[in-house]
Amino acid sequence: MPEFFHRKIERSAIGFAIAIIAAASVGGIVEIAPLFTIDETVEQAADMRVYTPLELAGRNIYVREGCYACHSQMIRTLRDEVERYGPYSLAVESQYDRPMLWGSKRTGPDLARIGGKYSDFWHVAHLTNPRDVVPESNMPAYRWLARTALKVDDLPLHLAAQRALGVPYTEEMVENAVRDAYGQATPDTGFAAG
Amino acid sequence: MVAQLTSGERRLAIVILVLVAMAGVAMAVAGRADPMGVHGLIVIVCCVGLIYVVLEAFYAPEPSPERLDRYYDDPIKVGIVLSMAWAVFGMFMGVWVAAQLAWPDLAFDAAWSSFGRLRPTHTSGVIFGFGGNGLIAASFHVVQRTSRARLAGQVSPWFVLLGYNLFCVLAVSGYLLGVTQSKEYAEAEWYADAWLVIVWVTYFVLYVATIARRKEPHIYVANWYFMAFILVVAILHIVNNLAVPVSWGHAKSYTIWPGVQDAMVQWWYGHNAVAFFLTAGFLGMLYYYLPVRAQRPIFSYRLSILSFWGITFFYMWAGSHHLHYTALPHWVQTLGMTFSVMLLVPSWASAGNALLTLNGAWHRVRDDATLRFMMAAAVFYGLSTFEGSFMAIRPVNSLSHYTDWTVGHVHAGALGWVALITFGSFYTLVPALWKRERMYSAALVEVHFWLAIAGTLIYAFAMWNSGIIQGLMWRTYTEEGALAYSFVDSLVAMYPYYIARAFGGLLFLLGTVVGCYNMWMTVRAAPLAAVRASDVPVVPAAVPGE
Repeated sequence: MPEFFHRKIERSAIGFAIAIIAAASVGGIVEIAPLFTIDETVEQAADMRVYTPLELAGRNIYVREGCYACHSQMIRTLRDEVERYGPYSLAVESQYDRPMLWGSKRTGPDLARIGGKYSDFWHVAHLTNPRDVVPESNMPAYRWLARTALKVDDLPLHLAAQRALGVPYTEEMVENAVRDAYGQATPDTGFAAG
Repeated sequence: MVAQLTSGERRLAIVILVLVAMAGVAMAVAGRADPMGVHGLIVIVCCVGLIYVVLEAFYAPEPSPERLDRYYDDPIKVGIVLSMAWAVFGMFMGVWVAAQLAWPDLAFDAAWSSFGRLRPTHTSGVIFGFGGNGLIAASFHVVQRTSRARLAGQVSPWFVLLGYNLFCVLAVSGYLLGVTQSKEYAEAEWYADAWLVIVWVTYFVLYVATIARRKEPHIYVANWYFMAFILVVAILHIVNNLAVPVSWGHAKSYTIWPGVQDAMVQWWYGHNAVAFFLTAGFLGMLYYYLPVRAQRPIFSYRLSILSFWGITFFYMWAGSHHLHYTALPHWVQTLGMTFSVMLLVPSWASAGNALLTLNGAWHRVRDDATLRFMMAAAVFYGLSTFEGSFMAIRPVNSLSHYTDWTVGHVHAGALGWVALITFGSFYTLVPALWKRERMYSAALVEVHFWLAIAGTLIYAFAMWNSGIIQGLMWRTYTEEGALAYSFVDSLVAMYPYYIARAFGGLLFLLGTVVGCYNMWMTVRAAPLAAVRASDVPVVPAAVPGE
């Protein structure tokens, strides 16, 4: 009986194509659509804020260099991960992340809670040559980052694009994005007065 | 090849190329302060080169109208050549990035050559360049032979093939320039993605139109898989790549999917790129070339139906197993795990169907390395689908995730299954398309086979070992209840395996180079075959199965 039915749909190219689309659509619809409607998917957290323009520019370097290929930013709910890297990651922490950078491979350690753990001086030395500070490391050296100027003049466009997607940047934040970035990078100058 | 087009078709080709070149000019102008400008120039150069090729034969005599009574094999030949070229490129990049993990200074202090930029050139190069061109070529061949009809277009097959390669070039060159979405296996930016949609829709229309012209009442099973491949990849590609560009002159875009939803969409895409690009499409190859080469019909028609619909339905649920123990809701993880385990049934139905087809032809498997490529591919397919279902089980995944075990699993599938079935198919196709009696050297096919098997096994064993050691070291506690190893301790333990893995990859690359040489010499030097009945559509071709 099923064979008889199949012999029929095998005779129609369009019918077969429609059957494929129907069979293949169910899984995605059931698993993805509710993530937007079930409130518990993303927890409420009072102290979450958007990335500052400078943070966004830095995140875009991480994206550009493909750091996700070796580093995760997702601490799983496992005892050894929590003890090694810190509290497990919550969905709300990546609510403004486009794209998410949870990663899939740890050739290097997880970076979700690395912020603030090391000094800026350490990071500069580490990026210049990782083996100067961690002799066993196999991370690439990023000396050329120090030779390359950061492009900041288009930051308002970046913020505006994010705003169009629903990230709660205000009109004012978009307008002042460049000044804001300079201010955060050089806190002892007039830019920071703002 | 251009001479096989009528003058009207040649004009159409020029018009299309000029339009695409104009899009390139627009990109070069709008993106002059951005890497997009470089991409505009690449588009212009590609189009001008092709315009030159068309113009060279523009006033060649009209082709004979009888061309429409023959199969359209020119795009298939070019597809095979492109596929092998991408294979050498992509696998070389793989060996290079593998070596960088053991010797990090092999990046030579340049921006474009750091691991993070090279790694996607390897993955895109082999998956989309080598695999995708192989699939387009094989699908064009299989659909014509099993439908006993010529492709339903003269210019559109070229548009699909060359347009697709333009996408690959934009993707790979973009990574070197720092143009990437950092979405795994979907790194190409918005304009390349949009271009691929145009190419892919043309591909689908061409494919269905060709099937609609078939002289056979039924659509052969290989075509089910190729249709699923084309259709579902289109859905996945469009949904996962929906993004808002920073401006029309920026290569950079922001995906419309935020955080946890992006993670789910990304792995729904990522896992089904494995399912419908690297599995369904290549099963289409398997279901045609294996029975043809073994000269045996497919073992079971019912098993084909079961495995086809099982794969098409179950796979789409499985992506969330990439996100066990993460911030993705638990219920989605559980669904992903459940369907991943169930997937073993249709996967093994396919692998079993292929291997049982060889009953009565095992002496050919022994004597013919080409058929042995396909047999080994079916075995690796069975092994890696078992491994995949196993790794999708939550507690197993707690150990394997984030480690080299995943990398080993992927390569057992990509080298052992995808590449081996492609080489087996190519060794069947090349003599047939270039009308040679046989491959230039059967001994070199044999050499390629053993290099490929040795490379795959060394690679997979190295990564299984390193992955499991890594996973265990991360979770080992001292008797006092503290973590026993620092992260760096686990990294130090990896170095011997990283060297072994690079060596395994190198063997596999050498095999591919041997294959290229053998194919090249076949085209140049192998003796010509007499025209066979199966070379013309009107005569019943040897259609396997049913």
